[in-house]
Amino acid sequence: MRLLKNAAFAAFLLATPCAASATTITIATVNNSDMIIMQKLSQQWEKQTGNKINWVVLEENVLRQRVTTDIATHGGQFDVITIGSYETPIWAKQGWLAPLDNFPASYDYNDLLPQVRSALSVGNKLYAAPFYAESSFTMYRKDLFAKAGLTMPEQPTYAQIEQFADKLTDKSKQQYGICLRGKPGWGENMAYLSTLVNTYGGSWFNMDWKPQLTTAPWENAINFYVNLMKKDGPPGADSNGFNENQALFSTGHCAMWIDSTAAAGKLEDPTQSQVAGDIGFVKAPIAVTTHGAGWLWAWALAVPSTTKHEKTAESFIAWATSQQYIDLVGKTEGWVVAPPGTRTSTYANADYLKAAPFAKATIAAINAADPNHPTLNPVPYTGVQFVAIPPFQQIGTVVGQDMAGALTGRSTVSAALQSAQDSTTAAMKQAGYLK
Amino acid sequence: MKASLAFRIWISLLGWGAALAMFFPVAWMVLTSFKTEIDAVATPPLLFFHPTLQNYFQVNQLGDYAGAVWNSVVISFGSTAIAIALAMPAAYAMAFFPNRWTKDLLLWILSTKMMPAVGVLMPIYLICKSTGLLDTKTGLIAIMTLANLPIIIWMLYTFFKEIPGDIIEASRMDGAGALAQIRVVLLPLAGPGIASTGLLAVILSWNEAFWSLNLTAVHAAPLTAFIVAFSSPQGLFWAKLSAASTLAVAPILVFGWMTQRQLVRGLTFGAVK
Amino acid sequence: MSGPQTPMAHRGTKLMRTWPLLTPVVFLLLVWSIVPLLMTLWFSFQRYNLVDPTITGFAGFDNYKFLLEDPAMLAAIFNEVVLVGSVLAITIVFGVAFAILFDQEFWGRSIARLFVIAPFFVMPTVSALIWKNLLMNPVSGVFAWITTKLGFGAIDWFTNYPMAGIVIIVAWQWIPFATLILLTAMQSLDREQMEAARMDAARGPQLLRFVIMPHLARPISILLMIETIFLLAIFAEIFITTSGGPGDATTTLTYLIYLRALVNFDVGGASAGGVLAIILANIMAFFLVRTIARNVNI
Repeated sequence: MRLLKNAAFAAFLLATPCAASATTITIATVNNSDMIIMQKLSQQWEKQTGNKINWVVLEENVLRQRVTTDIATHGGQFDVITIGSYETPIWAKQGWLAPLDNFPASYDYNDLLPQVRSALSVGNKLYAAPFYAESSFTMYRKDLFAKAGLTMPEQPTYAQIEQFADKLTDKSKQQYGICLRGKPGWGENMAYLSTLVNTYGGSWFNMDWKPQLTTAPWENAINFYVNLMKKDGPPGADSNGFNENQALFSTGHCAMWIDSTAAAGKLEDPTQSQVAGDIGFVKAPIAVTTHGAGWLWAWALAVPSTTKHEKTAESFIAWATSQQYIDLVGKTEGWVVAPPGTRTSTYANADYLKAAPFAKATIAAINAADPNHPTLNPVPYTGVQFVAIPPFQQIGTVVGQDMAGALTGRSTVSAALQSAQDSTTAAMKQAGYLK
Repeated sequence: MKASLAFRIWISLLGWGAALAMFFPVAWMVLTSFKTEIDAVATPPLLFFHPTLQNYFQVNQLGDYAGAVWNSVVISFGSTAIAIALAMPAAYAMAFFPNRWTKDLLLWILSTKMMPAVGVLMPIYLICKSTGLLDTKTGLIAIMTLANLPIIIWMLYTFFKEIPGDIIEASRMDGAGALAQIRVVLLPLAGPGIASTGLLAVILSWNEAFWSLNLTAVHAAPLTAFIVAFSSPQGLFWAKLSAASTLAVAPILVFGWMTQRQLVRGLTFGAVK
Repeated sequence: MSGPQTPMAHRGTKLMRTWPLLTPVVFLLLVWSIVPLLMTLWFSFQRYNLVDPTITGFAGFDNYKFLLEDPAMLAAIFNEVVLVGSVLAITIVFGVAFAILFDQEFWGRSIARLFVIAPFFVMPTVSALIWKNLLMNPVSGVFAWITTKLGFGAIDWFTNYPMAGIVIIVAWQWIPFATLILLTAMQSLDREQMEAARMDAARGPQLLRFVIMPHLARPISILLMIETIFLLAIFAEIFITTSGGPGDATTTLTYLIYLRALVNFDVGGASAGGVLAIILANIMAFFLVRTIARNVNI
């Protein structure tokens, strides 16, 4: 009874001052399942603080165009935005983001995974707090491998991947040896292809910012990719992005899939996947070098410098990216869907390790990814599966279309690469990197 | 002449075949919205399954459906009403009192509709920002009004052309002013035409997805923005997508079905003489 | 008897009387078309990239040069023409067929007609998503299952026939509109004239050619014009299904401008594209609208 009274009193205390100082903030976010959980749980934050949240939930491409137009024109429509590790350093340098360097001590900045933290910082100041982070790795069907008498090594090479894929493809059963991204876009096929080119020893640019798309590593990598997908890939591969491949893999159509570590949580969830429990996780395959074979990406929350509610926005971010939030998800939604890849403590949590068979492979992949040294030879840029310069979205999108064209056999690999080289050169000239 | 029975059977089969073929995608969408995510991607596709309402609950939990419907209604009906009010006098003037510029004026009005929206997004965005119209229903109503005005003027013009000029002339002789002529003579005669113009404009602005997506965030976001939250989230999403799509399409589909008689009656475009 | 009822009033007074009625609309449309056009024109001569504020200054004709040197440009215009042309052809053919069909008496006609017009009410975004994911998907789509059962194997629409795939989706959305308009026109066709023609032993094809088609000429002209205006702006269907690919197989001019404006955030380049599109659209409007205008006797 007394407990009840106290609770009521506490609620009263909480409610009264907040009613006066309640703020409404607008949050723009992407419609990934992790963010959808955040949207659901944030009602607790609203209750605790008395503030209110307006959600703008959009598909990734649309989100990017809305947020970019708003921030670049100082529209000020959003108080919290969801951005990636590509935008963060570029926008921070332009003064569009408020630094997030005075969260309360309980936030424990040092608990953030160092690679992820550095990818979201400029000059040692954090500009976007990681909500979840991912690298890429190889997912394969343990049951199919066992049936065919194959074993997946801890560190596969692309030559091995090709052998496995050849053996495991059975088109009459709609079973394809390998699924890879083919849908054009700098964040779709080019994310994967950049890691492939990296491990073949290539890079986007040399130290003078000269595009390298017609060099031997690109030729080899893209030829390998096109041949492999023609032999062992699913039909329609050129319109398969992350989502489409996830649907294919979770319905048992793919024997192997090289993609984001964030896919694992959904593939191991039996309500979303028919192959839960049959999946093995090993490192991303390599060819010539281990440099840049696996990518690094983080979805992070940031505060535009135009906001009028900076304090409230920051307090929300501190809550949504804290260890306590991860615990909350683990307890209410199940540990398997807890936001991965942001904090060391998550990977020391016995509950999480037990629920997530992919946890070790995920953290190993993230720790191995080094956006500051993504390639075999030195380059003037950072970023593994992207180049952290403003014109890259344009370049990646156009080159992505060329590569999709090569994948469908509409153009030859060398013609596609030549056209990609030309358009990249033009874009770099227009942006002033090349004279 | 009575059609023979065999002919009637054939025509019925043909008509229903066409109807079902056209309707199949919509029906399949509705069907899929009641499946679980796993059932939704099953091969071969499932016709029989355990129906679930789960997708609808999830969709409602995530998006503000009622708010989006309200915004869609306000924006599409508001803009249509204003556009018709603006277009009536102009169409009246051009239909009954043409001069040598009327034809060019009409063509010019129509050509303003050919301006590609993407090309002028940035100017419009900046104008809306500096006038404080971003993410307001007022701003979107203004834009939809202007975007639909050319088509509306054009349609009203063709309807008004159908009305014999003598009637207008007679009422003019009786000393009726322009507005009185519109009210007393034109409205009753061109009623069906005006109604179907309005219905068409409502449908077009309801489904307009470029401006409504790029100029809204929270307060004015209509159903076209609502659906984008479900268009490709990670994980299996086809059943949820179908549920959200069904919800987004249902109001206008029902509205269109209910009013299709009026819609059809007016869409004569001068074919009736 | 198609002549418009030429008004007879005195030329002098007419101008006086109509300008107050026309001014509001003309003024609004002038502002709506000229202000953004001037701003677009201004931006098209600037170095202006949203995401890179370091790029500034007067660009001269550079934006136009980059645009015209882009090999995707010609392909985009070609694709635009193919898309608009095929959809127009398909919708007219099916529109006429459905109009004749649904003009006949048959069991449950009014319900069947509701089914046929349904696609017109579906938002472009939704229909593209449904067709891409539920119907045309080569692995789990319904079409793949049907064609496999029939022994043709799964058709991989957006890889092998990307343009055809998009044309089908867009045509599906616009056939109902064509049907609605042409059906209305059919129902106004003089029944006695039809019967008379039938008595003269006119067979189906002759009936179509000499009675029905002449009657439908005007509504078809108007249909062509209205559809063209909307088809030139087709965007969501491409964005969702192919993103303009593979290669540049489905990149239209509208999509190309979108890429520049909202993927590259190159406002200068997108504005140059916008100016070009406005010029092309007006050239097209000039010829198309004039041809049609003659036909419908405005």
